[in-house]
Amino acid sequence: MTKKASVTVSHRRLGREFVRKVKELSGQNLQLCYQCGMCTGNCPAAVNMDVSPRRIIELARLGLEEEIAGSKTVWVCASCLACTVNCPRGFDLSKVMEAIRLLALRKNVDRVRPEDVAPEQRCDLPQIAMVSGLRKFTG
Amino acid sequence: MNLAYYPGCTLKTRARNLEEPAVASMEALGLKLDELPRWNCCGAVYSLAEDDLIHKVAPVRNLIRVRKQGASELVTLCAFCLNTLKRANLLMKGDAEKRDTLNDFIDEGIAYRGEVKVVHLLEVLRDEIGWGILAGKVRLPLRQLRLAPYYGCTLLRPREVAIDNPENPTVLGEFLKALGASPVDFPESTRCCGSYQVMNSPDAITEYARPIFNSASSHGAEALVLTCPLCDYNLGRGQRELAKKQGGFKEMPLFYFTQLLALALGLSPHVCHFELNHGSPESLLREKDLLPRVESVQPIGG
Amino acid sequence: MSAKQTKKKSVATAVRQRTKKSTEAVVKEEKKVAARLIPIYIMGKRYEVPEGLTIMKAMEYAGYMLIRGCGCRGGTCGACGTVYRKPGDYKLMVALACQKTVEPDMYIAQIPFFPANRAAYDFAEVSAAPEEVFKLYPELFRCVACNSCTKACPQGIEVMDAVSALKKGDIAQAAQLSFDCIQCGLCTSRCFGELAQYHMFQLARRIYGARIVPRAEHLAEMVKAINQGKYDRCLDELREAGEDELKKLYQEREIEPISAGEDWKPKDTTHL
Repeated sequence: MTKKASVTVSHRRLGREFVRKVKELSGQNLQLCYQCGMCTGNCPAAVNMDVSPRRIIELARLGLEEEIAGSKTVWVCASCLACTVNCPRGFDLSKVMEAIRLLALRKNVDRVRPEDVAPEQRCDLPQIAMVSGLRKFTG
Repeated sequence: MNLAYYPGCTLKTRARNLEEPAVASMEALGLKLDELPRWNCCGAVYSLAEDDLIHKVAPVRNLIRVRKQGASELVTLCAFCLNTLKRANLLMKGDAEKRDTLNDFIDEGIAYRGEVKVVHLLEVLRDEIGWGILAGKVRLPLRQLRLAPYYGCTLLRPREVAIDNPENPTVLGEFLKALGASPVDFPESTRCCGSYQVMNSPDAITEYARPIFNSASSHGAEALVLTCPLCDYNLGRGQRELAKKQGGFKEMPLFYFTQLLALALGLSPHVCHFELNHGSPESLLREKDLLPRVESVQPIGG
Repeated sequence: MSAKQTKKKSVATAVRQRTKKSTEAVVKEEKKVAARLIPIYIMGKRYEVPEGLTIMKAMEYAGYMLIRGCGCRGGTCGACGTVYRKPGDYKLMVALACQKTVEPDMYIAQIPFFPANRAAYDFAEVSAAPEEVFKLYPELFRCVACNSCTKACPQGIEVMDAVSALKKGDIAQAAQLSFDCIQCGLCTSRCFGELAQYHMFQLARRIYGARIVPRAEHLAEMVKAINQGKYDRCLDELREAGEDELKKLYQEREIEPISAGEDWKPKDTTHL
């Protein structure tokens, strides 16, 4: 389920713009996490993720932007907030997920374009599905 | 007594079977759901970014309109909308700087400070009417119906907007008991249905649905009770796919809690629009003698 | 000189005398009402133009030849959408250049065209279902209800409310709210979600007119009567009548009085 990878940690990566922006956008203190794994255990989407939610926090605070960008975790996340509600440290992982998504979307790049949704789907889906989906996947 | 009511876009089209029985039931209970004369889409999801303001404009504008018409409470039926409106309301209460910027931008003439109370219909039934009184108004107890209350995410998370204990909610179960039904509690009742993932990964929705249905049926549920049109769509679609892929999987009816309310209060089944439901609820209801076995036909000429 | 000529001459003299007397007064009047010149900024460059002109006429006074951003000059074609600002005010204002009179220190830019997304569709295959709009314009759901479109509309349309109606599936309301739309495109130019509001509204109005509004029964009956030849005879008579006859018929025609009731009939009922 989760990828085992060896990563290089350095001062340069730790002090990166990326780490600062994630903290700013999410308003979360990434140092709070003690990697207990409750988030991954409660996540209904974890089975579809290549990098677990727990690991994403670790990658984020180590400034490993490329590893995060190469994973589909934040795009598979359904913002169900099970992680947030169950975290023993009161850390809001849903906000970190959103911050990582926005850092990509705010470059005016859509993850899913409206025209990628099949026409029959556009008629069939309830409006809240389209509204929320476009919010999370378009810039 | 009138309650200011916010429907949300989906209730006007495919989720008529959530709205109409609610409006009829509340009228029967002496509380009229008074739709806001002018409302816009609330945005469905609450933006989770710290610097974001534009996505708060839509829900806040609706709250300002409630305030302007002099109401102090806003009722919603759609759990998705409840979450967004309630979180936006909390922001207006708690963050002075963002509140000022939003009030200034929205420019509707009043400085809104989160004075309106945003509630879900279940909270109104629990806190303003009470289960005892509701039970007293039941004309058709929903006996023999083993119903699994399914909460999903948005009624219970995050903690600051939860209408009940997020880990062990009981409000839907109490509601069903008041209507005479037998609620079947099951472990996956607060597990996410997949939400907006249906837009880009419709096939993944099957995997979200699987543990929910397997858990509900293994605990003896005959049907699920829902509060959100997206859960209804995802679970309805998910179970259709599961029936194709998983041998022995049997689809079950999906009810909206408002349909059961209307039925139990003795209102006409027509107002429930069961034809819009997934999983053939009418055959289950007929089996339990809760719907007439054949449609009664009026002779021509009266 | 004939009587006619004498009359003409004396009238001319009288006019000349009248004119001479009042010329001084007239000259004074003309000096008082000579158009004041006011400064405006067209695309950042300062010009002095007579006040009282519309923006469009002021641009032409300044020497611009308008081959785009100019159309009916009557406020209905939507070609001359203009954005302007006044000093000391951050607010962006909108207007139609052919309708709005210039104000001192106006900073103007025109938006004659905006590359808004327009869906391609065969209208014969479009039904009255609200889902048709969702299918053709899925970006409708990117609306965040920021109200920038309403602020940008020179026709005073409640654009956000009309978009909201579309999201709710209420095609009729969207059609009615957008009735005054002249397709100028200013809404799209300011839209946060990059919606092409005016194209969506046009689709809504087309659906509304062709699929939702009930057909006028009396119109259908009249068309049927015409096709069955009810008016063939009197049309043939007119075709065969000569020029003098036509003139006579025209001059002697009977006009239904404004106050006529439902049961009014003309004197000659042979053609009814």
